[in-house]
Amino acid sequence: MHENLTPKNTILDAKQMARIIRRMAGEIVETHKDLSDLVLVGIRTRGVPLAEKLAAEIERMEGQKVPVGVLDITLYRDDLSTIAAQPQVKGTRLPRPIDDGDVVLCDDVLYTGRTVRAALDELIDFGRPRAVRLAVLIDRGHRELPIQADVVGKKVPTSNEEVIEVSFLSTDGTEQVRILERKPPQ
Amino acid sequence: MTSETIRWTRKDLLGIAELSAAEIGLLLDTAESFSEVGERPIKKVPTLRGKTVLNLFFEASTRTRSSFEIAEKRLSADNLNFSTSGSALEKGESLIDTALNLQAMAPDLVVIRHGSPGVPHMLARRIDAGVINAGDGAHEHPTQALLDAFTIRRHKGRLEGLRVAIVGDIEHSRVVRSNLHLLTKMGATVVVGGPRTLMPVEIDKLGVEVAYTLDDAIRGADVVMMLRIQLERQGRMSFPSIKEYFRLFGLTRERLRLAKDDAIVMHPGPMNRGVEIASDVADGPDSVILEQVTHGVSVRMAVLYLLSGVTSEEA
Repeated sequence: MHENLTPKNTILDAKQMARIIRRMAGEIVETHKDLSDLVLVGIRTRGVPLAEKLAAEIERMEGQKVPVGVLDITLYRDDLSTIAAQPQVKGTRLPRPIDDGDVVLCDDVLYTGRTVRAALDELIDFGRPRAVRLAVLIDRGHRELPIQADVVGKKVPTSNEEVIEVSFLSTDGTEQVRILERKPPQ
Repeated sequence: MTSETIRWTRKDLLGIAELSAAEIGLLLDTAESFSEVGERPIKKVPTLRGKTVLNLFFEASTRTRSSFEIAEKRLSADNLNFSTSGSALEKGESLIDTALNLQAMAPDLVVIRHGSPGVPHMLARRIDAGVINAGDGAHEHPTQALLDAFTIRRHKGRLEGLRVAIVGDIEHSRVVRSNLHLLTKMGATVVVGGPRTLMPVEIDKLGVEVAYTLDDAIRGADVVMMLRIQLERQGRMSFPSIKEYFRLFGLTRERLRLAKDDAIVMHPGPMNRGVEIASDVADGPDSVILEQVTHGVSVRMAVLYLLSGVTSEEA
């Protein structure tokens, strides 16, 4: 997928990631007085481990389990007719009805905002949440839609030639955030 | 799963014979995701918005046709239905002219059922749209085999190593051909059973076991698939009477005991109760016949989705 990418530098190691996620969990708890109708929904692929980590932190802090859902936005993408072969659909799974609940969408990187747009459309097909908020580990700028995150782990100014690579233990076998640079083919 | 890295590159789905095990796996895994859409409060996703699908049914069909229609609607495609009665074909237009006229309407996908084998293939060569074979004569019916495999996988967790008995009118059944290809490719053992008069010669060359009694066919089977006696496709009566057929080949509760304890009973429909299957078996706890219909929609959504991503230049 990422051909001609060369690593530039590591911006977060596992320890720093854990610290940031702990702080993000704290912010979510702060803004949600009643945790009983909160659902964390991770956007596939790497929004899912983020949501799971946030839920674990919230449980550690407050002693309350927060359900985690999984959203596969493939069927709601706005670029399906322009990409070569259909991307694989891995499925959406919400732990409970989201009507009148609070949903925190979780994703690893916020970039153009198009993924979040698709996620909102899909979520609304499942019901009418009282509120939907957005938590991202990295905000790298370059929005193409009027979408902002409510909880941000770290803001990282980037150029369009750069790629942010977030790795989680459960999906990638290592835990770090790196900036990679797209090299023009020789 | 195994389909992790493979991508769908075919413009058409004409049969199972030409598919690889990996492609079948990809179709089944994709269908798994689509079955969740059917359980949502709003059973519709915007994926095929703006795509046009033509459903051409030159042969009667209720189940397959409505299944495709529901699948298309759940994916937000626009669809249009043609059937033989009232179509230009009845007014003397040749099939090729019909195809060229359809092409002029620039559909994205065409679903076709026809009484003659090879018609979908001919159409696929003539038009840019992706063509899905919804049954061509006694040749193939790929989406039926896929939904059967999907249903088996849901119950048994796998296809490999299973013993599947298919019993009835083997000669006239396109469902059998597609199923034979699919199940053997995926590592299942297939036993076909039925009267000699309904058994094609040299069927064993397709890598299946052949049995001429119901008991021999279903003994030790994990899956028992009963086929309809297609009276309309037979030029001659291949057995003396319906009553005798049921006595010899009809699946009853007592007979089903020969299969494994946890065997499932399938039927592609429409079924003739009291001919190939007893009512108490069709409605019994081991029957997954209605589940097959439900899964048919998920499987067809997966096919429409994957095919719509391939343009004719790429294929």
